[in-house]
Amino acid sequence: MNKPIMAAAAALALLAACPALADQPKQGGAAVVTFNNDLTTLDPQVGYDWQNWSVIKSIFDGLMDYKPGTTELEPDLAESYTVSEDGLTYTFKLRSGVKFHNGRTMTSADVKWSLEHAINPTTQSPGGGYLSAIAGYDDITGGKSTELSGVSTPDDATVVITLSRPDATFLHIMAINFAYVVPKEEVEKAGADWGKQPVGTGAFRFVEWVPGQRIVLERNKDYYKAGAPYLDKLTFEFGLDPTVAVLKLKNGEIDIVGDGIPPAQFTEAMADSANQDLIAKGDQLHTGYVTMNVNTPPLDNLKVRQAINMAINKDRIVKIINNRAVVAAQALPPAMPGYNPDNEGYPFDPEGAKKLLAEAGLGDGFTIELYAMNVDPNPRIAQAIQQDLAAIGIKIEIKSLNQAEVIAAGGSGKAPMIWSGGMAWIADFPDPNNFYYGILGCEGAVEGGWNWSKYCNQALDDRGHVADAMVKDDQQAERIELWKGIFDDVLKDAPWAPVFNEIRFTYHSARLGGDPVLYTDPIHIPVNYDYIFAKDAQ
Amino acid sequence: MRALWKQFRKDHAALAGLVVIIVAVTAAAAAPWLAPFDPNQQFFDGLTIEGSPLAPSARFWFGTDTLGRDQFSRVIHGAGTSLLIGILANGAAVMIGTLLGVTAGYVKGVVGAAIMRFTDLMMAFPALLLGIALASLLKPSLFIVALVIALVNWVQIARVIYAQTLALSEREFIEAARALGAGPWRVLLHHLVPHLVPTVLVYGTLGIATTVLYEATLSFLGVGVQPPTPSWGKMIFESQSYYLTAPWLVFIPGAAILIVALAFNLVGDGLRDALDPTQRGRR
Amino acid sequence: MLGYLARRIAAAAFILVGVTVITFSLSYLMPADPVAMIAGRNSTAETRQLIRQQLGLDRPLVIQYTSYVARLAQGDFGRSYARKTDVGDLIWSRLPATLLLMLGAIVAELLIGIPAGIYAATRRGKKADKAVMTLSFVGVSAPQFVVGLSLLYVFAYMLGWLPLGGYGTFAHLVLPALTLGIAGGGWYSRMMRSSMVDVLRQDYVRTARAKGVPEWRVVLKHALRNAILPIVAMIGLDVGIFMSGTVVVESVFGWPGIGQLMWQAIQGIDIPIIMGVTTVAAAFIIVGNLLADLVAPLVDPRIRLR
Repeated sequence: MNKPIMAAAAALALLAACPALADQPKQGGAAVVTFNNDLTTLDPQVGYDWQNWSVIKSIFDGLMDYKPGTTELEPDLAESYTVSEDGLTYTFKLRSGVKFHNGRTMTSADVKWSLEHAINPTTQSPGGGYLSAIAGYDDITGGKSTELSGVSTPDDATVVITLSRPDATFLHIMAINFAYVVPKEEVEKAGADWGKQPVGTGAFRFVEWVPGQRIVLERNKDYYKAGAPYLDKLTFEFGLDPTVAVLKLKNGEIDIVGDGIPPAQFTEAMADSANQDLIAKGDQLHTGYVTMNVNTPPLDNLKVRQAINMAINKDRIVKIINNRAVVAAQALPPAMPGYNPDNEGYPFDPEGAKKLLAEAGLGDGFTIELYAMNVDPNPRIAQAIQQDLAAIGIKIEIKSLNQAEVIAAGGSGKAPMIWSGGMAWIADFPDPNNFYYGILGCEGAVEGGWNWSKYCNQALDDRGHVADAMVKDDQQAERIELWKGIFDDVLKDAPWAPVFNEIRFTYHSARLGGDPVLYTDPIHIPVNYDYIFAKDAQ
Repeated sequence: MRALWKQFRKDHAALAGLVVIIVAVTAAAAAPWLAPFDPNQQFFDGLTIEGSPLAPSARFWFGTDTLGRDQFSRVIHGAGTSLLIGILANGAAVMIGTLLGVTAGYVKGVVGAAIMRFTDLMMAFPALLLGIALASLLKPSLFIVALVIALVNWVQIARVIYAQTLALSEREFIEAARALGAGPWRVLLHHLVPHLVPTVLVYGTLGIATTVLYEATLSFLGVGVQPPTPSWGKMIFESQSYYLTAPWLVFIPGAAILIVALAFNLVGDGLRDALDPTQRGRR
Repeated sequence: MLGYLARRIAAAAFILVGVTVITFSLSYLMPADPVAMIAGRNSTAETRQLIRQQLGLDRPLVIQYTSYVARLAQGDFGRSYARKTDVGDLIWSRLPATLLLMLGAIVAELLIGIPAGIYAATRRGKKADKAVMTLSFVGVSAPQFVVGLSLLYVFAYMLGWLPLGGYGTFAHLVLPALTLGIAGGGWYSRMMRSSMVDVLRQDYVRTARAKGVPEWRVVLKHALRNAILPIVAMIGLDVGIFMSGTVVVESVFGWPGIGQLMWQAIQGIDIPIIMGVTTVAAAFIIVGNLLADLVAPLVDPRIRLR
């Protein structure tokens, strides 16, 4: 009769950061997850949607990962690692006996090749730039070499990575999908179809992909983490409207509504007492904000931007989206290190806002465009902002368009104001610098970049680089303080009007078990498939 | 004219239709005075605590929408846009299509074939792309929507009219009329067109409904009216997913479209019957 | 006959070329940058330029067009920007589902529309006529999302008689076809009634009645034959329309057709998919109308193919 105790101990050991489970995880069973849109690709170096991000994490692994349901780093394919004094050399000792799904054992050569593959321009990886700190990066992007000089493999189980500059986020970078390990022979054999036939080292192996209909994964029996995954089979179904997906879930035909509960059914679902244990709620590393192009008059006037910050009734907006968010007063979400709980940001004060506008010489108001993505609830939020700004004399013309068009207008600088919903920044990894360079830093302010407010404060960028060079363990607290200060100063310049931080709600069937944080995992968005289990498994 | 009205008056259904049309047009024209609230006013208490729309009540006769705005006011204000699109844009498309279809079917030959191949091309034409392109080059407006609709909607009726004209023009009575010396124009107007009027009516009236709903798709892509301007089609499109929990958001504007389209149909039928010599005295 | 077909096929080639030129030009007028979408959030200007070169998007438009057509002639539709999948694979894998839905929808709308239209025509002016007419308007005015969801909710969710969306068996086809059939049936019943009323007033019909032919024979044998012509034209049109105009039904029922593919491509301005689907749809439109034109003389022998 020791089995249940051993199983519970194993579960606890695996889920060290999570509270004890009421149900014991069982091996076996299947789960079905639905998504409205087909996944684009399962290529870890290319896939960059929030839907395929976690599926890729279940098929592949990287040197590092995070404890399930948390933002805490832990070694994954690497058994252990050491960092040199100057922070420029990382030595990873690889786990032994890790096999790819095709049977071959993974070695250090695979790690090196995967990093080269990610950086190689022909791969067209959107995240290759994250690896830019590795020495030899420029040689590959410049076309001078295909070998990454900064990575050496003294033996099959050791990888030594040398950086050209210290990077405090390097371990996080080793945990994102773009740095995942792929088998060279399979990538080359599949050619352009590699994204459709993934072969990795992960908890689930790929079985089939019927385009537009489903993807089927099955348990990797040789997975090096004993016990995981619990499910034998994982199926993703596509093309179904979320409203109908909820009906299917209630009917017991599917297990997780991947897109989240549609706004129309949210209130009803939350009010239904039968759903109490079935809807997991968790914070995300997300902020929804309004960008203001600091080069476009009259937004080039700080007072105007501050007035806009003060005029938006964020509580009302949160109510409009059925309280699925918390009001945000700063750029970083509360779960992100560097968040400043003492900084209350700009108060909701329409009278004060009007005064500021008058001081800026715009007491009569002005007309300006606000771009938003056309998928619900974003046009509604844009209209709420429109009404709030009308109260202080600013007349908003809404442009509710396709995501592609809004992104283009933002990148080109054509859009004076953009509501970021639907395109809003969710952190790729839990470090404040991920919320800065691309969307608030000078390098993102170029043509086609994602810094839609075109805000460029070189002094802050420099402080950011100084902070990122602080790699020692005893410097980490100071580093976070530095970033906190940087974001406080950003807030003073008000290139954004932060509105809310979304809360994720994941609705799953009664037969699926696991700690609720697994269903709202901040890294394996939305669900950490490796550790959920079926209660009715035989 | 007076005789026409006398005939028309006898058809009660047609009269009812006429009343509906007058009401709708009045609502569209006099919206600012008729609506109890500002259609774009989002009331904080227009939503429940959880943020859901309110059902029809004494204060909000048609309930509120997902932003807490009064549906009744929005329906009244939306009438103008929807009537403009459904009647004028669709009407123009139907006229163009009929003209081209009759020409192709009557003249036949190279001209007829060319026109029909042109309809094939226009049916395949990526109208949505054109709308998006125009809206980004110019400013999004109802005019662009009307243009896209006129470009797209004429094709179907053109094909049907073509088929009917082809068949009719081979009929014996046409040959007989020609034999009696009637010129081509007289043949066309006097003998052909009356048989085509029913088809024109079908597309002119049913087309109102489909066109109003199509305008919603175009506006969604950023081509037509931008938020918060209401139109019946958009109101339905935006609240479709709330159908199971807040059905009034779909049913009320839907009923408005249905009633207007039906009204035009009844009036059209009534007119056609009043004008038709074979119908007189058959009530 | 052969000459006629040859002329139509030649015309079809012209039309397809015209469609590709127009769609190609419009795609590049779109206010979106496919390279920025592919390159993603963290891309540098160099990466974007590299991607632009790799995709051949930095060449003059005319060159891009001619190389596209050259590959198209060999059956290569190119690769989707967002999904990196071969567009041809995407389209062919979804085509059977679309064709099946098209067939089901046409059967459904004919089964609903034609009897209703004939019935209304024979009861002209009476309550039954008005009832059918009102129902047709309801069928056409009701948004497809609402109709589909209602049918699904009642017959699949509450009663469990049919599957709750999906694809694979005849049972899966029933509700989606019915949803499209209700709207189409509204059109067909109105048109049928109209056409039938017109035909029933003809002299030869009066003659047949005077000769003592039973009414049902008059209606179904003599009148229907002549009244069905516009319906044939409409069916030809439906072949084209159902090719990519069924996105709502596909979404509600999880039907893996081309409509959803096209809609998503328009939303994401994924030009290779837009080009591919538009071209394939154009081919079907041409075929549909051609079939209607070929069937017409069978229905009305006085029509000649020209």
